[in-house]
Amino acid sequence: MGKKVILPGNYTVAEAAVAAGCRFYAGYPITPSSELAARMSELLPEVGGVFIQMEDEIASMGAVIGASLCGLKSMTATSGPGFSLKQEHIGMACIAEVPCVIVNVMRGGPSTGLPTKPSQGDVMQARWGTHGDHYLIVLAPTFPNEVFITTINAFNLSEKFRTPVILLLDEVLAHSHEVIEIPDPSEYEIIERELPSNEQKDLKIYEREMGKPPVYPNFFSGWTIHIESLEHDEKGYPTTVPSKVEKMQLLRKRKIEDHLDEIILWKEHMLEDAEIMIFAFGTSGRSGLEAVKMARKEGIKAGLFQPITIWPFPEKVLKEKFEKIKKVIVVEMNLGQIIYEVERSADDSVKVDGVLKMDGTPVSPLQILSRIKEVHK
Amino acid sequence: MIGYERYLRYETFPTYWCPGCGIGVAFKAMAMAFDKLGWDPNDIAVVSGIGCTSRITTYVNANTLHTTHGRALTFATGIKLARPDKKVVVFSGDGDALAIGGNHFLHACRRNLDVKLIIVNNSVYGMTGGQVSPTTPPGFLTETTPYGNIEPALDSVKVAIAAGATYVAREAVTRPFFLQKVIEKAFSHKGFSVVEVISNCHINLGRKNKLRTPLRMLKWLESRIIPLSKAQTMKPEELEGKIVVGEFLEIERPEYTELYYNEIVKKAKERKKEREELEEESKGD
Repeated sequence: MGKKVILPGNYTVAEAAVAAGCRFYAGYPITPSSELAARMSELLPEVGGVFIQMEDEIASMGAVIGASLCGLKSMTATSGPGFSLKQEHIGMACIAEVPCVIVNVMRGGPSTGLPTKPSQGDVMQARWGTHGDHYLIVLAPTFPNEVFITTINAFNLSEKFRTPVILLLDEVLAHSHEVIEIPDPSEYEIIERELPSNEQKDLKIYEREMGKPPVYPNFFSGWTIHIESLEHDEKGYPTTVPSKVEKMQLLRKRKIEDHLDEIILWKEHMLEDAEIMIFAFGTSGRSGLEAVKMARKEGIKAGLFQPITIWPFPEKVLKEKFEKIKKVIVVEMNLGQIIYEVERSADDSVKVDGVLKMDGTPVSPLQILSRIKEVHK
Repeated sequence: MIGYERYLRYETFPTYWCPGCGIGVAFKAMAMAFDKLGWDPNDIAVVSGIGCTSRITTYVNANTLHTTHGRALTFATGIKLARPDKKVVVFSGDGDALAIGGNHFLHACRRNLDVKLIIVNNSVYGMTGGQVSPTTPPGFLTETTPYGNIEPALDSVKVAIAAGATYVAREAVTRPFFLQKVIEKAFSHKGFSVVEVISNCHINLGRKNKLRTPLRMLKWLESRIIPLSKAQTMKPEELEGKIVVGEFLEIERPEYTELYYNEIVKKAKERKKEREELEEESKGD
């Protein structure tokens, strides 16, 4: 049995992170994510974990990687400008295959933008923010009650696939105090990273079958390993040999792409008989569900497709839905980002529409309803 | 086998450095200091950023981490906080530690985390072909100061002391015996320790400044080096253009991980216990 509490999303993430086994947090104050750090600064020392406020965003992300390499589940939280600053180290975590969780509470951008107002302007940055080909996982809860379990999932996926996982919240979800249920630990699984057995002597830390994440030891556990930000060979040593470079690039791609069924999470609401699909997540998804309910009252068969994993994009399941549903409205608090992925997943028989809004306020259910009505005509 | 050989990762040799480069001297001094102190390679983490000096992590037999430009100290902070029982050493160059990594340098000194920072200062960005660095002498020609450098050099010793480091020394690759001694002292000291190692880059700095051979450049360095004890008897104008070497600071100050684990974690656990007791009591009401 879980327990009912009133919490803002930022606090829920903190509670869930500690429940997931997070024992290291490094961060830098930034609106609208700061409460998350404050809560972690209370919680982590209670369980013997480490909280540190670093000198800047870049430093926080560096410390997170360092601690994770020692075996501590590690995280940071930030918002737009800080997320931009962290990108180089997110790339480092990608190439060195270091588990870590990065929370980005999205606010209006670009630049300093709208620090206290919500947006979903970092959908593409979450996927492509760092340079070079790279593969990672991005999760985005929609309803306050999903924040806890999505945070647990973020840590689990991160440890299992040895990858950074980005948890995208928006300012509304992070700040709204709502009644949520914190599940009992018996109701969810906690995944720990796989480690090599002590018998293995001459370790090749990145050597594995195609499609599998690497299994390498934590620092100070009996092997003197080398972790590299340069492209490296199976031992972690720098290399520019084309065949080795290509192999490592593919290993990092396939460890994610061969496991889409496990990584891609989504929910649907009233979609079975729907003629119009609302595609939305985060606070836009919440408005989307309200709009669907209103449309149903007026006799319009609408439903909500709510991705939880937004990267890798849930292309396969969406294509299945598009075999029946031929009208989709993408709702996002930006001028068009994830809509392009929906368009890519839809063939010519599907009409893709968007409610794309970036004025510092959430999209309202009525705005979505009026678009549903237009599309329904 | 010579004692310090167990700190060398022979399978990654030969090193990437140019013949005559001073980084090797600093590397050997570090390995010999490890050996002298008897540290187990498995208990050591060596972290580096980007640049010629930072390539050292490939060659050291320890837990090694080659990171991003200027940020090695941030990774080292995470490692030391996660494993306060282990030894953490950061190897950095002048551009890495004092330009792009300047902010982290200040705050690592201030926190007094028990991390050892060795800055190999060759006064130039060597790996990228010889651009001006924060420690390039005024007037010097580099790839990006073709008309001469107009910026003054940054004194890492003064910065480290001002920012709160608790052991600060400077030595030179021309004095390997003293270099090893101060590295040993830095490694034995509890708290944030900084050793600046004055080194040569005859290839990318020397060749533009009539110092193109290792010998000529090392002799030029030697001519500028003044031990601290002698410098204290000299007038400021006599010290113009000189490099003072020696131990500048050795003080005791509470170390960060000790404060964190002994004070913060203890207080938090006490408060948690009080809270749980209150909750227990209120259940009875």
